[in-house]
Amino acid sequence: MIVSRQKPFAEILDAIDGSSSVFLVGCTKCATVCKSGGEEEIWQMQEALSSAGFEVTGSLVIDEACHMLRVGRDLRSKQQMVTDAGAIIVMACGAGVQSVSAATSKKTIAALDSLFLGNIRRFGQFEQKCSLCGECLLSRTGGICPVTACAKGILNGPCGGMDNGKCETDPEAPCAWAEIFTQLQEDPDGSMLESYTPPKDYGKLPKPGKLKLAK
Amino acid sequence: MTLEISRLQQKLESGKFVITAEVCPPKGSDCSAFIASAKELAPLVDAVNVTDNQGAHMRISPLAAASLLQRDGIEPIFQLTCRDRNRLALQSDLLGAAALGIKNVLLLTGDHLSCGDHKEAKGVFDLDAVQLIDAASRLCHGEDLAGRKLQGPPSLFIGAAAAPEAEPFELTLFKLRKKIHAGARFFQTQAIFNPAAYRRFQEVMAPQGVKTIAGILILKSAGMARFINANIPGLRIPEEIIAELESASDPRRTGIELACRLAREVQPFCHGIHVMPMGVDEGVGAIVAALSNTSDDKESIPCR
Repeated sequence: MIVSRQKPFAEILDAIDGSSSVFLVGCTKCATVCKSGGEEEIWQMQEALSSAGFEVTGSLVIDEACHMLRVGRDLRSKQQMVTDAGAIIVMACGAGVQSVSAATSKKTIAALDSLFLGNIRRFGQFEQKCSLCGECLLSRTGGICPVTACAKGILNGPCGGMDNGKCETDPEAPCAWAEIFTQLQEDPDGSMLESYTPPKDYGKLPKPGKLKLAK
Repeated sequence: MTLEISRLQQKLESGKFVITAEVCPPKGSDCSAFIASAKELAPLVDAVNVTDNQGAHMRISPLAAASLLQRDGIEPIFQLTCRDRNRLALQSDLLGAAALGIKNVLLLTGDHLSCGDHKEAKGVFDLDAVQLIDAASRLCHGEDLAGRKLQGPPSLFIGAAAAPEAEPFELTLFKLRKKIHAGARFFQTQAIFNPAAYRRFQEVMAPQGVKTIAGILILKSAGMARFINANIPGLRIPEEIIAELESASDPRRTGIELACRLAREVQPFCHGIHVMPMGVDEGVGAIVAALSNTSDDKESIPCR
């Protein structure tokens, strides 16, 4: 899931700038799980904005704000409230914000910062395991991603800052390569540790990303 | 471009003991103090390392600084890290170095940006140190990473870094082997405080036919040692050394004595000493003198 966090309220107020009325959009999926843009957070935002003197014309928590057609349809269902608002505050990831901005000519305000593709450790605790790098190496790295888990994303072993199996950026954090090493040592064929990994092919990660499935 | 090899390479390959020392280029475009410092070191050492935005602190380009030394007849070891450049920039700087007459290169991953003074910057790390060494070897063989032919391949003496005291040691070994396989001919190590750990390292490296130059850092005070332990990745100064500096009446002199002692102890197990003077430039001369007075009766690991 996409892990997101609400921006400081003052920053959201700054972005609203000249508008006195706003419409709120949340998302039932990732932003709900992250408690950054679900029903509860939309309600809290509504309270905070009302106290700050803004008129909230209405709100909507969309089932997958990244779904562009659905966002367009749902906004049309609240057309009057949207029309009455000077701006739309979107409490969803950057993809959700852009479904909204594509569906309306209203000023669109991003209320969240999108952080990473996260695994859920337990309720309210998320960890980045995958960087969506375009070319998966996990089969050769013991199922631990160095692109993500190594602070430098390096592919051929630990850097000079590793000590006691910990990372130079945080003495509490394990070195990704120490973990890969342990994992691959249990593998009877340890050849993967010794084999050179060539530079990554970033050509496999077109930017902006596009994928069209064959019919 | 000349085909002759660097003095550092000549000496190492003919089995002579070498001394190198590190000089940090300035934060600014005035290189006069940097050049003066290198000129003082030059008669004592075989080559001078020019660091690359060391500790992720922004400084003048090491290529420009190394070129200034080269112009003044001082042999540089141009350090190049993967942190701030993608594969085009790295290859391009290696070719540029060769065109300026620079032959010795030390190819590194680079300290993480969180260690430095531009913590907001985006780290590049398009290549890692092993891949950069491979890229440099390919350039020397006349083609770039895309497989395109070069107009005039560079002639580089390729060095890499090692951290002999990092634990677990076994974890560092497979990467060292990859560096050698990719084309590293010499290693300059992280600062050594434990000669036994260096010996363990050399025992593994000796059969690989590469040259190892042991890093010796000159400590000025117990406070500096503690600061390094807390802030510099991969360095671990033992408590007994800190205690010795703490109780010293003249810590600067004690720091030099400690460095001399470590250099002498590690000398039988290496092909050279790399001094990181940390502002104690007079310590380099003391270390050189200490090494030349050492008798050869110590146990040593043959490395050729």
